Amino acid sequence: MGIFDIYLLEALINGVLLGGVLALLSLGLNLIFGVIDVVWICYAELIMLGMYSMYFLYSVYHLPLVAAAVVCIIGVAVLGVLLHVLVIAPLLGAAPINQLLATGGVLFFLQSAATVMFGVEFKNLGMRLPVLKLSGMFISYSRLLAFAFALVGMVLVYLFLTRTYTGTAIRAISQDRQIMVLMGVDSRRIYLITSALGGGLAGLAACLLVLQYDIHPFVGLSFGPITFLICVLGSLGNFGGGFVAAFVFAEIISLGGLYSDLEWGYVLAFAFFIVMMFIRPQGLMTRRS
Amino acid sequence: MTRVLPWLAGAALIGLPFVYNSPYPLHILVIILIWSFAYTSWSVMGRFGLTSLGHGGFMGVGAYVTALAWNKAGLSPWLGIPLALVCAAALAVVVAYPCFRFKITGHYFALVTLALSGIVLQVITATRDHTGGSLGYTPERYQGGSSLWALQFGSKTTWYLIALGVWGLGLWIWYRVDRSMLRYALEAIAEDEDAAAAAGVHVTAEKLKITVLSAVMTALAGSLYCQYQLFISPDTVSGISVSLQMVFAAVVGGIYVAFGPTVGAVITIVLAEVLRISFGTRAVGYDNLVYGILLVIFIVFLPKGILGSLLDLRRVRRPAAPAAVPGT
Amino acid sequence: MLELARVRAGYGTFQALFDVSLEVRAGEAVGVIGPNGAGKTTLMRVASGMIRPTAGTIVMEGVDLVTTPPHRIVALGMAHVPESRRLFAGMTVEENLRMGGFMPAARPKFRQRLDFVYELFPRLRERRHQRAGSMSGGEQQMCAIGRALMSEPRLLLLDEPSAGLAPVIVEMVFDLVKRIRATGVTVLIVEQNVQQVLRVVDRAYLLKAGSIRASGPAAELLASDSIREAYLGV
Repeated sequence: MGIFDIYLLEALINGVLLGGVLALLSLGLNLIFGVIDVVWICYAELIMLGMYSMYFLYSVYHLPLVAAAVVCIIGVAVLGVLLHVLVIAPLLGAAPINQLLATGGVLFFLQSAATVMFGVEFKNLGMRLPVLKLSGMFISYSRLLAFAFALVGMVLVYLFLTRTYTGTAIRAISQDRQIMVLMGVDSRRIYLITSALGGGLAGLAACLLVLQYDIHPFVGLSFGPITFLICVLGSLGNFGGGFVAAFVFAEIISLGGLYSDLEWGYVLAFAFFIVMMFIRPQGLMTRRS
Repeated sequence: MTRVLPWLAGAALIGLPFVYNSPYPLHILVIILIWSFAYTSWSVMGRFGLTSLGHGGFMGVGAYVTALAWNKAGLSPWLGIPLALVCAAALAVVVAYPCFRFKITGHYFALVTLALSGIVLQVITATRDHTGGSLGYTPERYQGGSSLWALQFGSKTTWYLIALGVWGLGLWIWYRVDRSMLRYALEAIAEDEDAAAAAGVHVTAEKLKITVLSAVMTALAGSLYCQYQLFISPDTVSGISVSLQMVFAAVVGGIYVAFGPTVGAVITIVLAEVLRISFGTRAVGYDNLVYGILLVIFIVFLPKGILGSLLDLRRVRRPAAPAAVPGT
Repeated sequence: MLELARVRAGYGTFQALFDVSLEVRAGEAVGVIGPNGAGKTTLMRVASGMIRPTAGTIVMEGVDLVTTPPHRIVALGMAHVPESRRLFAGMTVEENLRMGGFMPAARPKFRQRLDFVYELFPRLRERRHQRAGSMSGGEQQMCAIGRALMSEPRLLLLDEPSAGLAPVIVEMVFDLVKRIRATGVTVLIVEQNVQQVLRVVDRAYLLKAGSIRASGPAAELLASDSIREAYLGV
C-alpha cells in the first residue's frame, strides 16, 4: 500500500498542476461569455493555432522561448479581435444558437486550415525539460512551470479587472449591459478589449500546453470539451465557479488516468458532471439559458 | 398537379436504379440518402431550439454497437440495430434528462452535447483493444457477399432502395412530428418555457421525447452507414466534426423545412466529392475548410438556409394582408 | 439647456412617445409626472441616449444629441439615474461610484468627486466596500444618485427616484434633490409621486399615454384638475 500512496499523491499533485492550466482556459471562456454573452466554441482551436505558432517561432525560426511566447500571446490576442470583428459582431443581435453555430463554423475552419497548412503529423517543441524527483514522486518541470505561469496570468487578469477602469467596466458590463452608455462606456470598445484579452489568455495557455503536449490540428479536442464542462458546472460567466470546477475536474482526470488510460479520465469527468447535475443543481450553477 | 408531383417524384426515385445502373453515382446517392436521414434526424429536435452539438455521439453509438454486436457476439444486425437504438436512447436519456430537469438550455445544453460527442469519441479511442480506436473498425464480411440475415448486400441497387426507404421514413417522421401536438408543445416551450409549464405542458417529458426520437433516428443512420460502408472510424461517424457537420448541413439547407436537411446533404456531399476529385489526397481538410467558411457566411447572411430562404421568397410574392405599421 | 422637440420613440413596433416637446432651462428643476405606462422612462432613455428617437430633435446647449454617439452624451454634462436604480449589484459601492466616474474627463477628479459624494451621503462612506446589491432600497438610491454625480453633471436626470421606497426615505431623497440643486445642477425628474415631486420642482409637464397633456408652474399644476383626470381618468 505504500507504493500506491506515492502514486496517488503524485496523481493528486499532477491534478493540481493540470487544474491551474484548465482554470486559465475557463477564465478566458468565462470572460468572453460574461461580457459579450457569446461562447467561443472555437476557443480550443485558437489555442491550437497558438501552439503551432510557438512551434514555428521556437523550433523552426529559433526565436528565444520568451520572445516566442510574447509573439504568440499577442498573435492570438489579435486573432481573438479578428474573430469578434468578423464573426461575432455581425451576429450580436441574432439568436444565441446562431452565434454558437458561427463559432462552430470557425472551429471547422481552423481545424481544416491547420490540416491543410501543417499536415496531420504530430509536431513537438522538442524541449526536454527535466523531471523533478520529490520523495519518490516524479513531477515534470514543464508541468510546474505551466502551473506557475497560469497562476501568474490569472493574478494579472484579476488585478486588471479590479484595479483599472477598463477592467471594472468589463465586470460591470456583464452585470448590466444597457446602462453602460450612461457612464460613458463604449460597449464596442469593451468587447474588442475583452476579445483581445480572451485571445491573449488562449495564447498564454498555448505557450504552457506546448511545453507538455504534442501539436496537431485536432489537439483542441483534447481539452475543449472539458473546458466547456468546467464552465457549465461552474456556471458560465462565473469566474470563481470556473476556478473551482477546473481543479475538481483536473483531479478527476488525473486520478482516472492513474488507474487506467487517460481517456477514461475524461469519461469519468463527464460522468461526474452528469452526476453533479443531479446532486447539486443549485450548487455551483445558476440557471441561465 | 402539385398533388401528383410528389408521387411522380417518388416513383422516379424508386425506378432510378433500374434505369441507370452506374455504381459510382448510385454510391453517391446512397451516401446522400443516409446522411440526409441523419441530418433530418438532427433537425427533428434542432427546429425547436434544442440545438445539440453532440449528435455525432449517437451516430457513433449506432455504428459501433451494431458492428461490435456482429463481430463479437455474432448478433445479426436485425438484433444488433435495435440494440444500438436502445443504447442511443439510453444515452440520450442519461444526458438529456438532467439537462431538461434542471433547466439547462440554450448555450449550456449545446455545450453539454458538444462534450458528449467528444466523450463518445474518447470512449471509442480508449477501448481501442476492442474497437480499433482511431484506426477504425471493420464488421466482418459475410461469406456469401449478400445476406439478408447479415444485412450486407453486394448490390448497390439494393442499398439504394434501402437508403431511399429509410430516408422516406425520416421524412415521414418529420411530417408526423410537424402535425402532432408534440410540435405545438415544443414550440410553446421554445418560446417561453415557464409559460408553457404554467399552461400544463410537461416540459421535461416533451423535450425528452423529441430528444430520444432524434437520438434513435441518428443512431439508425449510424448503423446503416456501418452496414453499407463496412468500415467505420471515430472521426467519420462520431466526434465533434460530424456533429458540427450535421448542424451545418441542416442550417444550410434549412432547419424548419422538411427537405432542408436533404438539400444540405446534397450540397455537403457533392462539395466533398468535387473537392476530392479535384484535389485528390491533397483535399484532406479542404472540404471542412469550405464548410467552415460557408457555415459562418450562412449564419450571418442566410440564417434560414437555402431552402428556407427560397420558401420565404415564395411566400412574400403571394399577396399578404398589409401589416399594421404604427405611426413612424 | 435641454430641448426636446416633437420627439417620437418606442420599442420595435410599439410606439411610446408621440410628438413630445419639452424644455429644461439652466438652473431649473423640472418635473414630468404621469400615471404608469405614460412613457416617462422612455422619455428619460431617449434624452440620455439609451434609445434613439424615431423622429424629432433633442438638443443640449446647442449640441444635437440624436447624432451624438450615446456614450459621449455623459461627457456633455448630462447624467441619468435610471429607474429602479440599476446598480451593479455584484460590485461594491465604491466600485459603482468608480464606474460613475469612468469618462476620461472625470478620472483626474475622482478623489474630489468621491469626497463630494461621500459628504452628501455619509451612509455611503460607511458602506463603501459593501456589495451594492445587499443594501436597502434607500441606500441603493443614494448610491445610484451618487454614481451619477461622479461625472460632475450639469444636468441630472432622475427616473422615478421614489419607486419602491418607504415614505420616510422618499422625503429624504427629495430633500437631497433640493440640496443637489442648490449646488447648481439642473434637474429633470420623472415621477409618479405627484406630491413629492411638485414640492421640489419649479415647473412640471403632465405626460399621459405618450403625449404631453399639460404643463406649467408646479403650484398651478398641483391645483388644477388635469392631474386628477390623468391619473384617475375622471
